[in-house]
Amino acid sequence: MILDGKTPTGPIEKTWDKHRFDMKLVNPSNKRKFKVLVVGTGLAGGAAAASLGELGYNVEAFCYQDSARRAHSIAAQGGINAAKNYPNDGDSIYRLFYDTIKGGDFRAREADVWRLSQVSNNIIDQCVAQGVPFARDYAGYLDNRSFGGAQVSRTFFARGQTGQQLLLGAYSALSRQVKAGTVKMRERTEMLDLVVVDGVAKGITCRDMVTGEIQSYWGDAVILATGGYVNVFYLSTNAMGCSVTAAWKAAKKGAFMANPCYTQIHPTCIPQTGDHQSKLTLMSESLRNDGRCWIPKKKEDCEKTPGDVAEEDRDYYLERKYPSFGNLAPRDIASRAAKEQCDDERGVGPGKRGVYLDYATAIERVGEHTIKERYGNLFEMYEKITDENAYKRPMRIYPAPHYSMGGLWVDYNLMSNIPGLFVLGEANFSVHGANRLGASALMQGLADGYFVIPYTIAGYLATVTPGTVTDEHPAFKESKEQVQTQIDTLLNIKGKKTVSELHRALGKVMWEDVGMARSESSLKHALQRIPEIRDEFWNNVNVTGSGNELNQQLENAGRLADFLEFGEILATDALHREESCGGHFRTEHQTEDGEATRDDENFAYVGAWEFKGNDKAPELHKEPLKFENIKLAVRSYK
Amino acid sequence: MDLTLHVWRQKGPKNNGKLETYPAKGISPDMSFLEMLDEVNEGLIKNGKLPIVFDHDCREGICGMCSQTINGRAHGGQERTTVCQLHMRSFQHGDEIFIEPWRARAFPVVSDLIVDRSSLDTIMQAGGYTSCHTGGVPDGNAHPIGKPVADYAMDAAECIGCGACVAGCPNSSAMLFTSAKVAQLAVQPQGKIEAKARVINMTDALQAEGFGNCTNHLECEASCPKGISIKFIAKLNREYIKTIAG
Repeated sequence: MILDGKTPTGPIEKTWDKHRFDMKLVNPSNKRKFKVLVVGTGLAGGAAAASLGELGYNVEAFCYQDSARRAHSIAAQGGINAAKNYPNDGDSIYRLFYDTIKGGDFRAREADVWRLSQVSNNIIDQCVAQGVPFARDYAGYLDNRSFGGAQVSRTFFARGQTGQQLLLGAYSALSRQVKAGTVKMRERTEMLDLVVVDGVAKGITCRDMVTGEIQSYWGDAVILATGGYVNVFYLSTNAMGCSVTAAWKAAKKGAFMANPCYTQIHPTCIPQTGDHQSKLTLMSESLRNDGRCWIPKKKEDCEKTPGDVAEEDRDYYLERKYPSFGNLAPRDIASRAAKEQCDDERGVGPGKRGVYLDYATAIERVGEHTIKERYGNLFEMYEKITDENAYKRPMRIYPAPHYSMGGLWVDYNLMSNIPGLFVLGEANFSVHGANRLGASALMQGLADGYFVIPYTIAGYLATVTPGTVTDEHPAFKESKEQVQTQIDTLLNIKGKKTVSELHRALGKVMWEDVGMARSESSLKHALQRIPEIRDEFWNNVNVTGSGNELNQQLENAGRLADFLEFGEILATDALHREESCGGHFRTEHQTEDGEATRDDENFAYVGAWEFKGNDKAPELHKEPLKFENIKLAVRSYK
Repeated sequence: MDLTLHVWRQKGPKNNGKLETYPAKGISPDMSFLEMLDEVNEGLIKNGKLPIVFDHDCREGICGMCSQTINGRAHGGQERTTVCQLHMRSFQHGDEIFIEPWRARAFPVVSDLIVDRSSLDTIMQAGGYTSCHTGGVPDGNAHPIGKPVADYAMDAAECIGCGACVAGCPNSSAMLFTSAKVAQLAVQPQGKIEAKARVINMTDALQAEGFGNCTNHLECEASCPKGISIKFIAKLNREYIKTIAG
């Protein structure tokens, strides 16, 4: 099937304004009759729930954490982009649009990215109004920093905790609506199924994570803002509870999963120390503003204390390979470059999987005080984990899975192919193409939540009669029974392996075969191994405890069961995409000096997969991508 | 290193709890405290026992989900460190470690080391916001805010809402938590407008939720993994007095 993204036509500058006018509205006095379910309370979900509640809709919001304030958006450190052009350095909505399309390696929809760039400025204003304490200069004006993939300073920040401050802003707006009674908040509640009635999303089924009760909720529309899926790699920078479960349950009910092979491996994470490791910690990309990446030129220098490696024996490989962007090369490029150096056996630290990020030059230039002011909390965090002082000794960093550009397919209105099911933020596939630029995730989450969904959901709701399907409908009972059956099955396997042992096994396959560099043979190997691990899981997992109590093993087992199905789709997508683009690097498709080779003639489309069951191949649906405003070009940062 | 753990086990809010003893063997100094507990749990599962349940999520010290009292100190007592960022290199071979949930009336135990902190959300709902609408706000640079004021607001805003201040306080007071939000918003032009109603509503909620009063023990600041200063409590008190004095 050829998918229609329903993007508006005409000059790109007018698309969003025209579309907003063309869409239907819901009369203010009718809004309260519509019930909207919002799953996930990160930047996208929190902002959406708050904004829809304020508009007068009857909103129920769900999160698996104990408070809406804890979603993993909170961990974003560096900043949020906007085209304000406050520094007068040549930025514009058009340039942000251009950088994002190019940064995404020409695999995103132009109109969606234009809209994102256009509303980026409103986001900053909104957050300031909420009391978000952005960094300011001595005259009291908002300060900016630079980020990878851009040659202008357009990143707004709140020390090294921008995600936290923006999320707390959204959480405060949400709290205000909870108090006002427009939003009913349900914490420690995990969505385990999407209820679809006559092909339309009408509700969800959840497990109360404290009592174990399975409960269904009906809504006239369902919004998923449930984040990304890189915990499929086991070790990633995501929070422990991040999972593909909500999105995957929707996929099993017919929603298409788009571009799952576009995964982002972040270049600046703290290297792994051993097998006990449960997660990897990211160090903000903003560190590359002042830090210089290097490794020893000679293998025999790798064991030396970094200070003992002479200047001429250091290889500042990013500055060498990409002179115009240098240490600010985009994430996919910087990650692959680090991997190349380590594959060449010139890595440093335990297992030789690490490169240096050195601040000596910056400290000499601006002083330790300034560096401390810019990155103090990051240096502190680094020291807590590694026991090393990065003011005195270069940091060691290595790439780690961090973000998923792929996600559920949505049209321009952020609605999936299932009417009534909307998908926001990292959970959808829409704006980052094959690679996301730094400081753009926060921008997308808040754009979707504050400034897109409040308009586009009205266009849908205006076409339905509120409350026609409620949880009285038999589909809800059926959904509850299905969820209960899976829980009972998991608890009754009583095998020998723990959930985390099997998750590690899956992660190893995903990282080695479907990680930073993929080949036909590695992907075929993964496609053979994933079903084997899945079989072992369903025959030999040991889930302790019972269903009607707080049971973290059961929660993890359910999430792993979904990763074990989803991982196969991810590898299938990676195998089918016979090109290298952004975060998807196929070793067969590269230039002589190792740069990605894109194939626009055959692959300039969104690949959206329809799940057909574990024993059947998924069906590929394509949405062709047209580039009418930005000319397709080789993405060069040299 | 080998350690002996004494861990609070409690099936549910209505059950009685008690300390159970478990060995933790072959622990690497590079492990985080939670990874050490993961390892102990793997052992418990293999031996047919129920693993210890505890709240955790980001494991990088920012989400505020992890919440354990270790040897009587919230988050283990290391300066500016959450449990998830506490590493085993700060312990020694042979150590006995006591692990308990947050203890406060306003934080009832849910299970083992997990407590119910929804009372903190209730305080926020009482006024921890500016009542701005989505959209229709002025340009971000319309109201310049001096750098010292912005920095002060940011110092307060760093609170991760973990509740360590309450767990550390002999009165189980949530004054540090509440004051951080009151202060962050009171000093900024966007928050000043509602400052009076906010300080009253939030402190009223704090009392209604069963938290104790502040009697200047300063344990909150010592327990806070983000180093939130008690100067914000002084600020809350000033805001409060200004308000009731007219």
